[in-house]
Amino acid sequence: MSETLLSVQDLTKRFRLRRSLGEFVTRQPGDSALAVDHVSFDLAKGEILGLAGGSGSGKTTLARMLIRLVEPDEGVITVDGRSVRDARGHELREIRRRMQMVFQDPYASLNPRMTVGTAILEAGRVHHQPGSEDGDAFVSKFLDLVRLPASMAVRHPSELSGGQRQRVAVARALAIGPEVLIADEAVSALDVSIQTQLLNLFLDLRDELGLAILFVAHQLSVIAEVADRVAIMHLGVIVEIGTTAEVFHNPQDEYTKSLLASHPQPVPLDASREIRIVE
Amino acid sequence: MSLLTIENLRIAFPARGGSTEVVRGVNLEVQQGETVGLVGESGSGKSLSCRSIIRLMPSHAQMTANVQFDGRDVMAMSRKALRDHRAHSVGMIFQDPFSCFNPTKRIGEQVAETLRVNAGMDKSDAHVRAIELLASVEIDRPEQRYRAFPHELSGGMRQRVMIAIAISAGPRLLIADEPTTALDVTTQAQILKLIEQRRRDLNMAVLLVSHDFGVIAQACQRVAVMYGGYVVEAGPVAEICARPQHPYTRALLESIPSLESAGHHIRRAGIPGQPPSAGEMGAGCPFAGRCAFARPECAGVDMSLEVVGDAHATACPFVRNVSATSEAGGA
Repeated sequence: MSETLLSVQDLTKRFRLRRSLGEFVTRQPGDSALAVDHVSFDLAKGEILGLAGGSGSGKTTLARMLIRLVEPDEGVITVDGRSVRDARGHELREIRRRMQMVFQDPYASLNPRMTVGTAILEAGRVHHQPGSEDGDAFVSKFLDLVRLPASMAVRHPSELSGGQRQRVAVARALAIGPEVLIADEAVSALDVSIQTQLLNLFLDLRDELGLAILFVAHQLSVIAEVADRVAIMHLGVIVEIGTTAEVFHNPQDEYTKSLLASHPQPVPLDASREIRIVE
Repeated sequence: MSLLTIENLRIAFPARGGSTEVVRGVNLEVQQGETVGLVGESGSGKSLSCRSIIRLMPSHAQMTANVQFDGRDVMAMSRKALRDHRAHSVGMIFQDPFSCFNPTKRIGEQVAETLRVNAGMDKSDAHVRAIELLASVEIDRPEQRYRAFPHELSGGMRQRVMIAIAISAGPRLLIADEPTTALDVTTQAQILKLIEQRRRDLNMAVLLVSHDFGVIAQACQRVAVMYGGYVVEAGPVAEICARPQHPYTRALLESIPSLESAGHHIRRAGIPGQPPSAGEMGAGCPFAGRCAFARPECAGVDMSLEVVGDAHATACPFVRNVSATSEAGGA
């Protein structure tokens, strides 16, 4: 495996639950829920790591902790050997530049009043990206990278389809020049035919830019399509991690097995079918 | 006689300079006790089509069709008859079970309310029956759960309660519109199993609407594939999965991500472009713009279904998908 870019060790997050009246009066600390429990993994340059698990397994909390949208309680996160948790001010901004997140709902993550071009350009300028002085060229470069025509720049998010909007969200993330992309359920809300296009885009970006991608999804089959390795989370713990082929074809953990078993079976296709054109 | 027959269903919405037709002549049949799937991407018209069975339409929608349910003409029903039809003959469950509940009322009371209003039970009978119903959808400790508020239940649990309400009157048909889309795979499998069990016990038919072919393949015997307001292909699920006839069905099946792909990095071709939006659909086949087999004549296709096999029909007159093995066997 090539050089490690992102390394996570014993990352832990507890969420405090609301204290009952009795606990409040007697000043007891109250219960807490362990959302992420001593999780460790590495992500190499140019690698796609899938992160799967049911709802409430802690996968989104884990993804958010990596760029400190949620503050971890314990553990170590390093990017290129530099600690994310100790970063302050300028250093934290630099780390957030290197790790960008794409969310499930591009409706919510794009400003409805901003054109596509302005959104991409602003992201680049805020982070002083090279080339961002020349607005049009900068915007069309990133639109091209996500396979959208340059004419999209003048559109508003409301004029775009779900798939196009998600491409814009990816373009805006790329405009900042990240090395790690965290895709949190980035294709879950899309139709199957559009989903395939986006999955291929993520694979292209990895090949062209050498991006490392943490691909969070609840659909195991989507992860099977793109990921090199996969980590299965359950109740805040990574119960199994390995190459996708190993984990999906020969699962060791009971939870992984049950997850794979309840996955809707891939549709049996007749391998010998042919297309005939009626004249 | 079939339980449900929909003929030439058309649904349009008023738009600038006329109206936009979003369902454009759908025919659908459901037999007593069978599970039929309706599959399609967003905007294909599948949800609106299934809502036509109980005439649950936005007020500005213009709907024309011939809908026969159990020998009765749904389109001709009076307000009172329609209310009765919705209450007793057809049950419906939706994708988001949270927005279907009153958040300030205990779930048991909401089940009991349905029984009091629809079946005319008195308070104590409804209470007892509601607990039985909760137990029948495999909610453990139903007496305690009766007193829970909707937000205290998980998504899967809420969907179970929704099913309990939908089947409370012993309907002949259950319409399930994306019932598992918001759920985990493990919960999804449980809910599908529960629907199947209830279907068998109550001898009702199920119309399952989903965008997920995997779910349809698991749960249904027959399926209708929708695209751009038309049914483009219909037939037995196994047959359609093995030998899809319409180019859209074929491309859709080939786009579905599969666990088998783990470890092989072969990219799927997918379907280029995007589905047409309601306003931009012209005459002919709505899939022609994205179809690998498109030809000029596609603009003149009338999208009627042509029978190609045992109860299997396609709207594409040009492309036939034949299995090399069956062809050899038949020759």
